[in-house]
Amino acid sequence: MQHVIVGAGPAGVVAAETLRKGDPKAKITLIGGEPEPPYSRMAIPYLLDGNIAEEGTYLRKGAKHYDALGIQYVHGRAESVAPAEGKLKLEGGDQVPFDRLLVATGARPIQPRVPGIDRPGIHGCWTLADAREIAKLSKSGSNIVLVGAGFIGCIIMEALASRGGNLTVVEMEDRMLARMMDATGGAMMRRWCENKKIRVLTGRKVVGVEADAKGPGDKAVALDNGEKLNAHLVVLAVGVRSNVEFLKGSGVKIDHGIVVNDQMQSSVANIYAAGDVAEGPDFSTGGHMVHAIQPTAVDHGRIAALNMLGKTAHYKGSLIMNVLDTVGLISSSFGKWEGTKGGESSAAVDNDRYRYLRLEFDGDHLIGALGIGMTEHVGVLRGLIQTKTALGDWKRKLLADPHRVMEAYVARSQV
Amino acid sequence: MQKSLHIDPGKCTGCLQCELACSFENENVFNPAKSRIKVFRFHDIGRMVPYTCTQCDEAWCMKACPVEAITTDAATGAKVVSDALCVGCKVCTIACPFGTVNYNASTGKVMKCDLCGGDPECAKACPTQAITYVDANWTGLDRMRDWAAKTDSGARASA
Repeated sequence: MQHVIVGAGPAGVVAAETLRKGDPKAKITLIGGEPEPPYSRMAIPYLLDGNIAEEGTYLRKGAKHYDALGIQYVHGRAESVAPAEGKLKLEGGDQVPFDRLLVATGARPIQPRVPGIDRPGIHGCWTLADAREIAKLSKSGSNIVLVGAGFIGCIIMEALASRGGNLTVVEMEDRMLARMMDATGGAMMRRWCENKKIRVLTGRKVVGVEADAKGPGDKAVALDNGEKLNAHLVVLAVGVRSNVEFLKGSGVKIDHGIVVNDQMQSSVANIYAAGDVAEGPDFSTGGHMVHAIQPTAVDHGRIAALNMLGKTAHYKGSLIMNVLDTVGLISSSFGKWEGTKGGESSAAVDNDRYRYLRLEFDGDHLIGALGIGMTEHVGVLRGLIQTKTALGDWKRKLLADPHRVMEAYVARSQV
Repeated sequence: MQKSLHIDPGKCTGCLQCELACSFENENVFNPAKSRIKVFRFHDIGRMVPYTCTQCDEAWCMKACPVEAITTDAATGAKVVSDALCVGCKVCTIACPFGTVNYNASTGKVMKCDLCGGDPECAKACPTQAITYVDANWTGLDRMRDWAAKTDSGARASA
C-alpha cells in the first residue's frame, strides 16, 4: 500500500506516524512545501519573542525521526491530482503515485487587495521565512502596523511589541477578536492593549500602502478615514484561506475547505483530508466546519490515517476552542460561546482585574464559554461541553456564580 | 507494574498537606495556588475531593502539544512537561478535559502532575491515606477513565 500525504503540518505528521504504527510495511511519503523540517506555526510567536530558536518550533525533535520511522519526507508542492490514475503531480513535473492520498495542505494568509500591498516590508506572520523577515524589521523604535486583530494578530502582538517597536493595530471589525470574543471581552482586551501603549483602531479598513519619503519608516498605511500610518514594517493577519487550488478538476468537493465525512474521506474515495484544509464534522452544530486549530488537526490526522489503513474510525466532531495570550492577557473560548436560542447564560465581569467568564447553557448542559484572565482548570470547560455532562443542581449554582465551574465538574464527575 | 495515585475522597479531611507538599516539591514555595493537586471542598455535603491528573492513556495534552514538550516517562507512565521545550502556548490547557494542566504565568510554561518521578510527595504528606501510590490495577480510576472515553473526540478504531 502506498500512502501519500501532502502537507507536513501537525495533521500530516500525525497521520504519517499513525499510518506507520498501523502498517509497518506500507510506503509512506510525506510532502512538505517549505524547506525546513516539519514545524509548528503556533510556535512562531515564541520564536519572535526570542524564547526559542528555530529548532524549538519543530514538531518532532529527533533529526532522524522520519527516517527512523521509514517515512519518506520530501520537499514539493502539489500542482494537480488525478484520482482515477492515483497520481499526484508536483510543481516541476514530478509524478507521485498513490493508493490513498491525504490532503493536509493547510491554509495561507489572505492578502488584502489594495494598492501597494506588494511593497517590501509587508509580511504575513505565517512561515518561518516570514518570521525571519519580521525579526529583521521589528527593531527598537521602528513603526509597526499590524493589520488584523483576530486570533493570529492578537497572539503576535506581544512579540511585535516586545521587540521594541511602536505598534498600531488596525482592525476592520468593530472589536478585537470578533470571532472568539463578545463585545464585553473585546472591550476589555482593547483596554488592556492600550494600557500597554499599543494603539488600537477598530472599524477601520486599510485602503492602500504608499511610499512615505518624510517619515522614519519608508511607507505609510492609508486608512479609510484618510489617516496615514508611517511604517517600517507592516504585518498582515487578516485571515487565512484553505490551500485547495491544486484539486481543481479532481472531483473533490470543496466548500470553505475540503468537505469530508466522519471518516475524513472526501467525495473522492481514495482522497482524505485533515487539518486546516478540511471541512469536517463540527461537534456543536452537527454540520461541517473548518476548525483551524491544533487539537482538531491532530484528531483529523489520526482519524484519517486509521481509515486509510482500512480500520474504520468515526469522528465525533471537533469542538472549536481557542486560547491565546495577548501581551500578557490570557483569553479562551469554547464551543457556542454566543449561546443558543432558548438557552441561558451567566457572566461575571471584573473590569479592574481584567477578568471575565461567560457560560452558555442549553437545558441541563454547558454548550459554550468565554474566559479572560483565567488560567486555572480551563480545560474542564471543554470537558463539560464535550461530554454533555448533566449539571443537575449545579446549573443553578453556575447561573449564580460561573466561577464555580471546576467545582461543578468535580462534583458531577467525582463525588 | 506501574503505579498510580489512588484517591479515596472518603478519607480526605481537607487538611491541604498534599497541596503544600506538591508546591514545595515542584515550585519551592509553600503555596497551594502553585500545587498540581487540588482539594475541592463541598461543605454542604461534607465531602473533600483531592484531584489531579490521572496520567490518562488518551493524553490529550500530549497529543495537542505542537512542539513535543509533553512525553511519557517510560518508568512511571506519567505525562511529563519539559520546561526546556514548552513554549507556553497553552493549547494543552484547553485540550485536557479534566482541567489538570495549568499555565504558570511566572515561568511562562505549563505545569501538571508528573508523579514526582515515581515518589509523589502528596501521597507521602497525606496523613489519612486518602492519597496513596499503589499498583495501577488497584486504583479504581474507572470513573475517570469512563469520563475520558466520553470526551474522546474520535472513536477508537475497530480492527
